[in-house]
Amino acid sequence: MAQITVNDISLGYDGVTVCENLSFSVEAGDYLCIVGNNGSGKSTLMKALLRLKSPEKGEITLGDGVSGRDIGYLPQKNEAQKDFPASVAEIVRSGCVGRKGFRFFVGKREKAIVEKNMRCMRICDLAKRPFSELSGGQQQRVLLARALCAAEKVLLLDEPVSGLDPHAAKDMYGAIRHLNRDHGTTIIMITHDLAAVSEYGTRVLHMCEEPTYYSSPAEFFKDSGFTSEEVSS
Amino acid sequence: MSKLAHYFSYDFVWFALIVGVLIALCASLFGVILVLKRFSFIGDGLSHVAFGAMAIAAVLKITDSVALVMPITVISAIIILKTGQRKKLRGDAAIAVISVGALAIGYLLLNLFPNGSSNIAGDVCSSLFGASSILFLKEQDVILCAVMSAAVLLLFVLGYNKIFAVTFDEDFSKAVGIRASLYNLLLAVVTAVIIVMAMELVGSLLISALIIFPALSAMRVLRSFKRVIICAAVLSVFCASMGIIAALLLSTPVGPTIVAADIIAFVVFAILGKFVKI
Repeated sequence: MAQITVNDISLGYDGVTVCENLSFSVEAGDYLCIVGNNGSGKSTLMKALLRLKSPEKGEITLGDGVSGRDIGYLPQKNEAQKDFPASVAEIVRSGCVGRKGFRFFVGKREKAIVEKNMRCMRICDLAKRPFSELSGGQQQRVLLARALCAAEKVLLLDEPVSGLDPHAAKDMYGAIRHLNRDHGTTIIMITHDLAAVSEYGTRVLHMCEEPTYYSSPAEFFKDSGFTSEEVSS
Repeated sequence: MSKLAHYFSYDFVWFALIVGVLIALCASLFGVILVLKRFSFIGDGLSHVAFGAMAIAAVLKITDSVALVMPITVISAIIILKTGQRKKLRGDAAIAVISVGALAIGYLLLNLFPNGSSNIAGDVCSSLFGASSILFLKEQDVILCAVMSAAVLLLFVLGYNKIFAVTFDEDFSKAVGIRASLYNLLLAVVTAVIIVMAMELVGSLLISALIIFPALSAMRVLRSFKRVIICAAVLSVFCASMGIIAALLLSTPVGPTIVAADIIAFVVFAILGKFVKI
């Protein structure tokens, strides 16, 4: 059984339907890239997958041992966080508060989870540093560690490398691939970076008026006529 | 010094200090959240609403004005929060509309129905800039304030981790299953409660100073959330007690003196922040 099954949904915002008849499923260990123009409903789909918004029609079901609490999230860059006074440790810890069994304070169990994920993202030495002083790449790794504290089975990433320099972007992709390959984490990533789609993705969802699901990047490139050197707008 | 020792032999001085410290503490803790959420103007808007509500209470000759002022302010807080989230009427415009409206209607009502008071201007001035009533507190006022502050503080301590998560990143918090809108609602209600409590202390025009200054000062120097919270709380309590004592010694109005102390602290921290950031 698939972890996430999307069955014939329609998505829209502010009363405008942006996509219809969307069906696909996500299996454990998939690396699904969602590509498409701005306004094609990528972010709306993300919200629907996170259950922040219900689809106008159709339904999204979870299965294979995945519940709503097992889906982690890396949101798009938020300008308000630029001058927010918070240390790296505080931010990673905040990923735990939605976990089952979290009461009011961070206990031993949460501390162990935080420690493990900070090691996994290689940010242990940054623990006491202020978030605002980190480089863009370091900041994204911190937020990824936070997402892992919330859930480890499935991660939704919304343009994880936007605004990063090529070196930091590569580093970020490396961290994501490590989670996907070595920890079996299912990755669902919104991206404009077609080179990354061909290099890392195993499945592709092309959002447009008639969204199409491809079971491999090669199929997507053949069918859509894009090449991996192109950057979709 | 002997003058000060003499003052401290009176209960009313202790009452004023206790109430002042408690209110300053609550205001500074939630002030950090409001400032970080870019909501600092909500405090200002709500304080004007509280003034309008106070005027209505005066016109209706309600002796226990808090019974009317509190619900009106809380409801306005919720309205401001809800409209701020919709895109049509932006948050800041909604606040401006409500706050200026309440201020104007409040003053208008007091003039239309003078209610036997011969000194409207004086009454209005004292509710805008703080009455000396802080020095005439009864024991039951102090107890009421202590109970409300305890509730506010308990809420903050128990909710600390979730409050941080929601303040830092609302989208993420919602995605991992925290009911962020509930927290925002709670924030609005608590802010309203703090403002109604603080009206006695510094007057409705100066309340936002208690909310904003300690947070801003702490953020000049400190770079972690916990440190900012602790520093803002300590600073706010210090400035409030210094302000009350200075007001007694210099015979100045209490509210503006506390705010002056907060301003001095802000300047000091702003300069300090140029050299140290921890």
